Amino acid sequence: MDTLILQFLNGLDKGSAYALIALGLTLIFGTLGVVNFAHGALFMIGGFCAVTLQKILMISSVTLDPTKLNFLGKPTEVKTPYVEVFFGKDVGAFIVDWSVPLAIFFAIPIMIGVGYVMERGLIKHFYKRAHADQILVTFGLAIVLQEVIKYFFGANPIPTPAPEAFRGSVDFGVWLGFAPDLIIYPAWRLVYFIFSLVIIGAVFAFLQFTTFGMVVRAGMADRETVGLLGIDIDRRFTVMFGIAAAVAGLAGVMYSPISSPNYHMGMDFLVLSFVVVVVGGMGSLPGAVAAGFLLGVLQSFASLNQVKALLPGIDQIVIYLIAIIILLIRPRGLMGRKGVMED
Amino acid sequence: MTTSRFTRRGLLKTGAVTGAAGLALPTIFTSRASAFTNAPMGDTVTLGFNVPQSGPYADEGADELRAFQLAVEHLNGEGDGGMLNTFSSKALDGTGILGKKVAFVTGDTQTKSDVARATAQSMIQKDGAIMISGGSSSGVAVAVQSLCQDAGVIFMAGLTHSNDTTGKDKKANGFRHFFDAYMSGAALGPVLAKAYGTDRKFYSLTSDYTWGWTQEASMNKFLSAEGWSQVKDVRTPVGAGDFSSYIAPVLNSGADVLILNHYGADMVNSLTQSVQFGLRDKMVNGKQFEIIVPLYSELMAAGAGKNIEGVYGSMNWNWQLQDAGTKAFVQSFGTKYGFPPSNAAQTCYVQTLLYADAVARAGSFEPCAVVAALEGDGSSLPGVDSASNKGLVFDGLGNGPTLYRSADHQCFKDALVMKGKSDPTGPYDNLEIVEATPVSKVWYEPDNEMFAGGDLGTCNNGA
Repeated sequence: MDTLILQFLNGLDKGSAYALIALGLTLIFGTLGVVNFAHGALFMIGGFCAVTLQKILMISSVTLDPTKLNFLGKPTEVKTPYVEVFFGKDVGAFIVDWSVPLAIFFAIPIMIGVGYVMERGLIKHFYKRAHADQILVTFGLAIVLQEVIKYFFGANPIPTPAPEAFRGSVDFGVWLGFAPDLIIYPAWRLVYFIFSLVIIGAVFAFLQFTTFGMVVRAGMADRETVGLLGIDIDRRFTVMFGIAAAVAGLAGVMYSPISSPNYHMGMDFLVLSFVVVVVGGMGSLPGAVAAGFLLGVLQSFASLNQVKALLPGIDQIVIYLIAIIILLIRPRGLMGRKGVMED
Repeated sequence: MTTSRFTRRGLLKTGAVTGAAGLALPTIFTSRASAFTNAPMGDTVTLGFNVPQSGPYADEGADELRAFQLAVEHLNGEGDGGMLNTFSSKALDGTGILGKKVAFVTGDTQTKSDVARATAQSMIQKDGAIMISGGSSSGVAVAVQSLCQDAGVIFMAGLTHSNDTTGKDKKANGFRHFFDAYMSGAALGPVLAKAYGTDRKFYSLTSDYTWGWTQEASMNKFLSAEGWSQVKDVRTPVGAGDFSSYIAPVLNSGADVLILNHYGADMVNSLTQSVQFGLRDKMVNGKQFEIIVPLYSELMAAGAGKNIEGVYGSMNWNWQLQDAGTKAFVQSFGTKYGFPPSNAAQTCYVQTLLYADAVARAGSFEPCAVVAALEGDGSSLPGVDSASNKGLVFDGLGNGPTLYRSADHQCFKDALVMKGKSDPTGPYDNLEIVEATPVSKVWYEPDNEMFAGGDLGTCNNGA
């Protein structure tokens, strides 16, 4: 039972990342009709926003300590971050410690900017082209972005720890009335799950309750009519691309303490997120979120040793297996609408 | 009005020249036929360094390349000479190899076996490389080693830790200086039993490829010998990213030790996530839960940050050793690049020197002569009583007295047990040496069950 609950939590956690990326993918597909294979790279760039802010906060004044010698027998360099110099030791250390949550505010403008440049600079030229062209060009873009990040940050993962207060684990079982020490779960993963719910809620609220969102939804349903009403729908869709990029970026920022960012982390999520989108139904936002959590949880359950004893290797293929079954039963996915990508 | 510039006389002249050249060219090339592949003809000799320059191990590959460059400089008499000054063999004098200046070409393995074979092949066929070295994965090493055997060039393996490289997949043209999974297990077993007691239950997470398998089997063997028992071994795909669903079942499995047979980014992620799951704060069976990472690398230790505090592992070599060879190498590497070398860099540097030394002693680049020189004169390492203790004995290259065993082309030397430092003073100071396990404790016979099944075969000169 305890293992089941643990794997359920793991599933929600994996699902959070899938859902956030799939949500952005669906937003872009639903608005601009573009299949964006560079979306995983946006997730990765989000992770590196956290790395960059951490590096900025760690910019230090260097003094030489002649009493300690380094490996070459020269005086060691003692580094004091400027934030500690400016704000005092305690406040400075606190800021450095909280660099990952702070990176959220750092990442939002950067990600919207990256999304804007990507859309205006490259992707808009491919709106009228075949989906295969779009996939090729965005996949190429993803590889370019990866290599750029690798050039500046190297190939090794870079540790970006969560704030000290969330670094450990919490006794989740006690909250549910289990014996202590039975269901231990990393605090940051719970934070990640809650954060993703907030972001998903915010995106839906934005689309549902603002005039801007209403226009966008109308545009998703019937682009031509909205255009005929004299609304510049393209500009709004460009903004949506920026928002989708920001969602992927924030998912990446918050994921950085779970898995130290490396240039390849986007690709690991991209393919699975596409399966999530397809299972959820192309163009359906609630479908993407539901499928994200569903597949995350199923993947975690498939990793149970008892399940693997019966079906070896099932954890590696379960997502694709479920995708095949769902597409056989419901060819448009869980919540897919008629007419999407069927012309 | 157009006038042709072609004249009858001109055409005849050109025809005569091209005709002569056309006839002459093939004989120039065919007359070059030599007794072995890529025999150096001019005043340079080309070595091929096949390292990951992209992909997950690119940083480790970059460090290997730095070491190769340094080795080439030292062989050509540039720089401070590094370990040439401390090497027990004095056949090298800083004038290249056999008077030929050393040049090199590089290939990018991408840590993929097929790519690595293609780059090695290209360096052998197009660039005329007479020796291939480098690499950061056992899958790649095994693949490239067999290619070199077939092509008739020498393979001086880089970082490869699977038992198979000099076990079931060993080849006469291939040589490994790096230690292997068996030696890690043999060195770690007693240290772990001393630190954590003899009544422990361990759970293994293992990378699902040749290195992971032999690493797991080796740890299992030596920990069982100390009275530990394995609860379960779970194979994980390479590059899994999120290991949470593999870690969660560990929590209440009854195990009180977790062994992470992972390398690279997998190691960084699985270790970081295990710590986040509170494993190191846990008490199981009345004992403190412990995590072990059998194979350490400095670069990956840096990636794991504070999570490696107090975690045991093993290494082939470390820059903090105090012997003369290590000091000389760290001095010249550190002066050139500004930071200490990794153990991948050391093995690549040493392999290059050992190859050059073997050529110099053999007086020939012919692969079979080089193999014979690397197999040595049958001398033995002191302190090991074994009939297979025969080969080339050398010293001064950072690991103390070392034997290149002729029976399987594997180096035998002390192995290092390492531990994550609790109070690192800088980015390169995150590991400490717990002990240098003497070679007699990590020794095994060539027919050991974990290495059985392969055949060295005979050396191949190629063309």
